[in-house]
Amino acid sequence: MVWDVEFTRLLIPALLEGLWVTVQATVLGYALALVLGLVVALVRRIRVVGGIVFVLTEFIRTTPVLVQLVFIFSLSALSDVPALTIGIVVLGVHYATYTAEVYRSGIEGVAKGQWEACRALSLPPHRVWGGVVLPQAIRKVIPALGNYLIALFKDTPLLFAISVPEMLSVAKGLGGDHFRSFEAFTLVGIAFLIVSVPSAVVIRRLERRYAAV
Amino acid sequence: MDFVINALPQYWEGALLTIRLTVLGAALAFVLAVVVGTMGTLRNPIARAVATVYTEVFRGVAAIVLLFWFGYSFVEITGFRLTTDFAAILALGLNVGAYGAEVVRSSINAVPRAQTEAAIALNMSWWRRTSRVIFPQAWAQMLPTFGNLVIELMKATAIVSILGLTDLTKVADDFRASAVADTFTVYTVALVAYFLFAQVLIVLVRLLERRANRRLGRPTDDSLLGLLRPPSIGTTTGGAR
Repeated sequence: MVWDVEFTRLLIPALLEGLWVTVQATVLGYALALVLGLVVALVRRIRVVGGIVFVLTEFIRTTPVLVQLVFIFSLSALSDVPALTIGIVVLGVHYATYTAEVYRSGIEGVAKGQWEACRALSLPPHRVWGGVVLPQAIRKVIPALGNYLIALFKDTPLLFAISVPEMLSVAKGLGGDHFRSFEAFTLVGIAFLIVSVPSAVVIRRLERRYAAV
Repeated sequence: MDFVINALPQYWEGALLTIRLTVLGAALAFVLAVVVGTMGTLRNPIARAVATVYTEVFRGVAAIVLLFWFGYSFVEITGFRLTTDFAAILALGLNVGAYGAEVVRSSINAVPRAQTEAAIALNMSWWRRTSRVIFPQAWAQMLPTFGNLVIELMKATAIVSILGLTDLTKVADDFRASAVADTFTVYTVALVAYFLFAQVLIVLVRLLERRANRRLGRPTDDSLLGLLRPPSIGTTTGGAR
């Protein structure tokens, strides 16, 4: 069996269109995960509400995102929300449970003396958090947050299950039309490698720069 | 509620496949992680290159893409058709094994250098010092991250439902398709089952961790509640994903 060049020529533009959908889902989903994760990390510090939020995030974190996608997609089958929007929200919420944990570890890593200094200067809460704690906490967890950007990117093929036309769906469709999937799926794999290998290198650089672990 | 009770046997059937894929996938991932991770710590450049290529390739490609590749494309180039469950075990094992190899490698490298030097001074062979001195210490450090990885693997088994295998997710999909109960109920039952499996995995890994630390003569938290505390994730994921 040899590599089919004709088929590849047909595949590449279609896959690039799929890649565009993948990028949209990744960027918007990740933006949601970053913001919501921080909110969750802060809410979890409140007494009773925090406990409830914690159990809820554990539930979301330890169950498959694929099931969550199909679940929410079928629930909203009657509304006309686009599948891509549902995918972005579900992926964003799922990854927010991870980023919340990352923020938490960052906040806990801030030295006790910083809190004491804030108290000694009687800073108002918004300056304690906005000016002292969060800048230090977030700086330390940038590499860990970056890891979840790559992880989220690699979970976007799951959107296939709710018929979002991302790369894997495109490959499956064209593969089916031509009774040949080898080139299609191999190219999808290579596309993922082209993105994830350099990003892993960037993360390693970030680790050296920010995290004094 | 009636539906849930009546449907439990079918959910259990699906759960058995989910459990089987998790156990076999984790077994393959574990072997690969230990072998490739150890190769990554060797001085031999070929062994290290093989380890790097393996981890970068199989960590870089999503498990579902690997599954489609093994499930659909493999037969086109080799002529051998893999059964779907075997393709799934391969895809999940290779993918999670690559993450695990990074954990093994960084844990072994994190054992203080003096431990190796002392073992060499005692004239221990490579095998003896690795298996009796270095690995037990690295093992205690690997376990929390392994716990996270095995939960990730368990969650990832849901992708086999797309290829038509009747796992927990597929059972829920089928119930929804046949409209015997509302969407909310059929998926909630499946999600609760996954959640419970994850809790079992968390407890099992905690027990292993305690045992590993006790054998190293380190203090352990023996409380019953400590068993249920979820493994910490975040900054200690063992290198870039």
